[in-house]
Amino acid sequence: MTDTIVIAELSKGKINATTNELVTAAGMLGSNCTLVVPCTESSVANDAGSITGITKVIAAKSSVFETYDAAAWAEALDSASPSGIVITSASAQSKDLAARLAARRSVSVIQDVTGIQNGTLSTPIYSGKAIQNVSLNGDAVVTIRANIFRPAENSGNCDVQVLDTTGNLATALQEMVQRASERLDVSEANIIVSGGRGMGTPANFSHLEEIADKLGAAVGASRAAVDTWEEIPHSMQVGQTGKTVNPNLYIAVGISGAIQHLAGMRSSKYIVAINKDAEAPIFQHADYGIVASWEDALPVLSNSLASLLG
Amino acid sequence: MVNIAVLVKQVPDTNSKIQIVGDRVDLSSVKMEISPYDEFAVENALQHKESEGGTVTAITVGNDGADKVLKGVKALGVDNIVRLDYDGYMDSNGLQSVLADEIKSGGYDVVYCGKSAADTGAGSTGPGIAERLGWGSISNATEIKFGEGLMVTSPAEGGDAIASLSLPAVVSCDKGSIKVRKSNVKGIMMAKRAQVDVKSVSPPSPTITIVSEVMPPAKPAGKKYEGAQSAQTVAQLLRDEANVI
Ligand SMILES: Cc1cc2nc3c(=O)[nH]c(=O)nc-3n(C[C@H](O)[C@H](O)[C@H](O)COP(=O)(O)OP(=O)(O)OC[C@H]3O[C@@H](n4cnc5c(N)ncnc54)[C@H](O)[C@@H]3O)c2cc1C
Ligand SMILES: Nc1ncnc2c1ncn2[C@@H]1O[C@H](COP(=O)(O)O)[C@@H](O)[C@H]1O
Repeated sequence: MTDTIVIAELSKGKINATTNELVTAAGMLGSNCTLVVPCTESSVANDAGSITGITKVIAAKSSVFETYDAAAWAEALDSASPSGIVITSASAQSKDLAARLAARRSVSVIQDVTGIQNGTLSTPIYSGKAIQNVSLNGDAVVTIRANIFRPAENSGNCDVQVLDTTGNLATALQEMVQRASERLDVSEANIIVSGGRGMGTPANFSHLEEIADKLGAAVGASRAAVDTWEEIPHSMQVGQTGKTVNPNLYIAVGISGAIQHLAGMRSSKYIVAINKDAEAPIFQHADYGIVASWEDALPVLSNSLASLLG
Repeated sequence: MVNIAVLVKQVPDTNSKIQIVGDRVDLSSVKMEISPYDEFAVENALQHKESEGGTVTAITVGNDGADKVLKGVKALGVDNIVRLDYDGYMDSNGLQSVLADEIKSGGYDVVYCGKSAADTGAGSTGPGIAERLGWGSISNATEIKFGEGLMVTSPAEGGDAIASLSLPAVVSCDKGSIKVRKSNVKGIMMAKRAQVDVKSVSPPSPTITIVSEVMPPAKPAGKKYEGAQSAQTVAQLLRDEANVI
């Protein structure tokens, strides 16, 4: 069996829970899993040895990991990783990194894997309108969508080896522009409440925000909403020319369900649609459909959530 | 004078229905067009030229069907159009190898491409080429300022990062706030007569095998309720049946 290497996914300087999902995927692709943790301080990797299924942790320590620089990260992580199948998350940053790691090793990169069966990897193509199944003839770099594989448990115990690494920076960060709101970005959220043209005015998005606050959710939008109303920024857009998301729950309000919108959200685990048109295509993809105007349905939903969530 | 390359790919029109025949996607009756994000790459390339002076060369890898996409961008103001002729499957390693070789021999200073192609959805080509060339890169750019180097805005955790990038470099382009230009009659007439510079390539053989292409598994039919009051039922189901809240 081929060796596997998992590159830990970090958020806010901590190892993210999706890393455990990557370890599960690694177990299906090979054996002898090494977890490589990009870090500026090796203490970040202290607890990583407890993830069940890994045989070794390498804390790849370098100042280049302070901010993301594709070239330097690829160089440093390549030098820290043994040979084998390299596995990262399918976040935007990790997909970029994965492409570089694959190029460095002259192997193929398979992005956005949503299933693994008997060594065959499934990935969506044509915006999820079809699935491509591929097999590997040797080493490769593979990125795994979040929320699909069962996370590995934390009952293991293996050593953490600290390795000093380095790479050449190609970019220089000039400024970080924080998001105006405290709200999560759609690409980071487990629950998304999205509005479309059916919301009528951008001010009505406050009703979606109210629901989102109850659920700890992000607020998204269709392209029609983004294009029609200046107040709704493109960063909220879900779909083929917006963001691809796969949260546990996607609530589409006043969205018709055009093919390009579906392209960005059809892999959500559960989809709820609220639309006053019973024939809207979104209902064909919804697990739970509510045929009603949002003006009537959202207050009911909001009250129900309030009593359920306390 | 900046020597600018822009990568464009032909993909099925995003409204088209994708069909499977046997165990492969069948595109024989599908209308092809330029991949949506590549339009932003072309616009950035043209704006770079207008700002700093230079030439823009559009490059595609594909069969002669892709000439239509090249002529389409020629009509927008691209100077040269190049097709690396290949009619078969290349994995990411093969595709990036032939593109990196072409970019090296063309002496380009900067390469623009789409954030991801509408067929693969991968987003691998830009960063992969940059790595092969030993260049810097930024992916998913939403805003670019042109000068000696580039000042590029792209999403980062919690907001946007604005970073400087010196040339040579690769930038993969997201939508952002730029408006893409439309071609006019004069441009279209000129593009009709334009010659595609066709070159042959021999990529390394793929290191992966496509086993099959299938339709996505059908989702079990959902539950549909009439009337606003059903929102209460749905909230309860989200908790008890779906376990997502
Ligand atoms: C190349 C390309 C790329 C694209 N990329 C994207 C993309 O990334 N994302 C995207 O979303 N779209 C994208 N589109 C656009 C897409 O085709 C649709 O036009 C868009 O998704 C429609 O948005 P909508 O559902 O909000 O609006 P509409 O289609 O106008 O639907 C509004 C819905 O609201 C319902 N409604 C109205 N009033 C109420 C009410 N009071 N209560 C409840 N329901 C109500 C209506 O019944 C209707 O179903 C793209 C198109 C192209 C050609
Ligand atoms: N066959 C191709 N010919 C030219 N450019 C391509 C080709 N494939 C991908 N690209 C470029 O790389 C981008 C990302 O593609 P991908 O990595 O497949 O998502 C596309 O938007 C194009 O700009």
